[in-house]
Amino acid sequence: MSHHDDDQGGNGLTRRHALECMIWAGTGVLWTLAGGVPVSRGFLGSAQAAEASGFSFLQISDSHIGFNKPANPHADDTLKAAIGKVKAMPGKPAFMLHTGDITHLSKPEQFDTATQMIGEAGLDVHYVPGEHDLVDEGSGKAYLDRYGKNAKGAGWYSFDQAGVHFVGLVNVVGMKPGGMGSLGAEQLAWLADDLKAQADSTPIVVFAHIPLYALYPEWGWGTDDGDQALTLLKRFGSVTVLNGHIHQLMQKVEGNVSFYTARSTAFPQPAPGTAPSPGPMVVPSEKLRGLLGVRNVLFTPGKALLAVTDSSLEGV
Amino acid sequence: MIGRRSLIATALVLAIAGSALAEDAPLAPTVKIENFTFSPAELTIKPGTTVTWENADDIPHSVVDKGTKFKSKPLDTGDKFSMTFTEPGEVTYFCGFHPHMVGKIIVK
Repeated sequence: MSHHDDDQGGNGLTRRHALECMIWAGTGVLWTLAGGVPVSRGFLGSAQAAEASGFSFLQISDSHIGFNKPANPHADDTLKAAIGKVKAMPGKPAFMLHTGDITHLSKPEQFDTATQMIGEAGLDVHYVPGEHDLVDEGSGKAYLDRYGKNAKGAGWYSFDQAGVHFVGLVNVVGMKPGGMGSLGAEQLAWLADDLKAQADSTPIVVFAHIPLYALYPEWGWGTDDGDQALTLLKRFGSVTVLNGHIHQLMQKVEGNVSFYTARSTAFPQPAPGTAPSPGPMVVPSEKLRGLLGVRNVLFTPGKALLAVTDSSLEGV
Repeated sequence: MIGRRSLIATALVLAIAGSALAEDAPLAPTVKIENFTFSPAELTIKPGTTVTWENADDIPHSVVDKGTKFKSKPLDTGDKFSMTFTEPGEVTYFCGFHPHMVGKIIVK
């Protein structure tokens, strides 16, 4: 699938295409994007040997605890496998992000199971909710009671790690009929204020559940007012946007902003437009784990582009 | 003989019921939720009609009134939600999980 805008490079399309193919094909290959040019840096092992002065963090997404349909009757087993993969990773990541749909139906026991299993990683975890996490009777109370202690509004917040500013956004509240994800005026005002304190040179990492740009509006894969957030991010030299929701890898670069969608730990979804609907994709059971995965992100001081490595759960 | 007679009677009753259904809108219509679509997307009913939504997808959906008068619980696979519409008018609804899914009930 190609949903990319051109970058400034004259031969951007060729490079992009090459990168895209490699991303779809590869696990365990570390890509550093320097000045827009992807450079292979070998296999996972060299990542930890790289710059000791930076830090790495992880992303998992869409664990959907409680899902038990044919696409994966055991979403808890695959989350367990993902956490096993995380624990086996070389080096100690600074923390882990979970980009939403922790649970399938926001039930207390689903949150409890997820929290317990994810806790096995022994890492601080920063969550943002997916639409499946806010369907309790209290419309999000169950989520906020567990994960929203330091959050504002429906669960948004920011924090800093070794010179990098992280912003967790909620785009699954106040969604309009016929629309897609939504940030809302209150959150956008907070974001404008939050970013005010940051220098243009501060690397920014934004994480949210639904893609912030219109990745595939026909399936609701985008955020109605995402452009307003991206406008606020324009002045920064290094912006990385991480999300889940679409249960597959997808990448786009636009100016200084790099977008990455993550795999789920529960079940894959079809590539845009390749199926009648974006519903769970049933694949032969031996192929399932190859389509699920975890993500490692390496930040190196002085490098505008963070190195993103996706590893599948194949063989785990 | 008795068997045949009751069979004819049953056929007659079915024929009458069938013609009644053909003239009027169904008394208890169902909106199927399948492939991330409400089907039919637009349904015209008489006041007092109860509409039932049934989710046939492998992912939960919900039925949320745009005018915030009603909202179903999350409907997992096979779950149903019913609502009786008494007032004439148009009701636009959408899925709380996937808001690009929209449907309409016309009561007249």
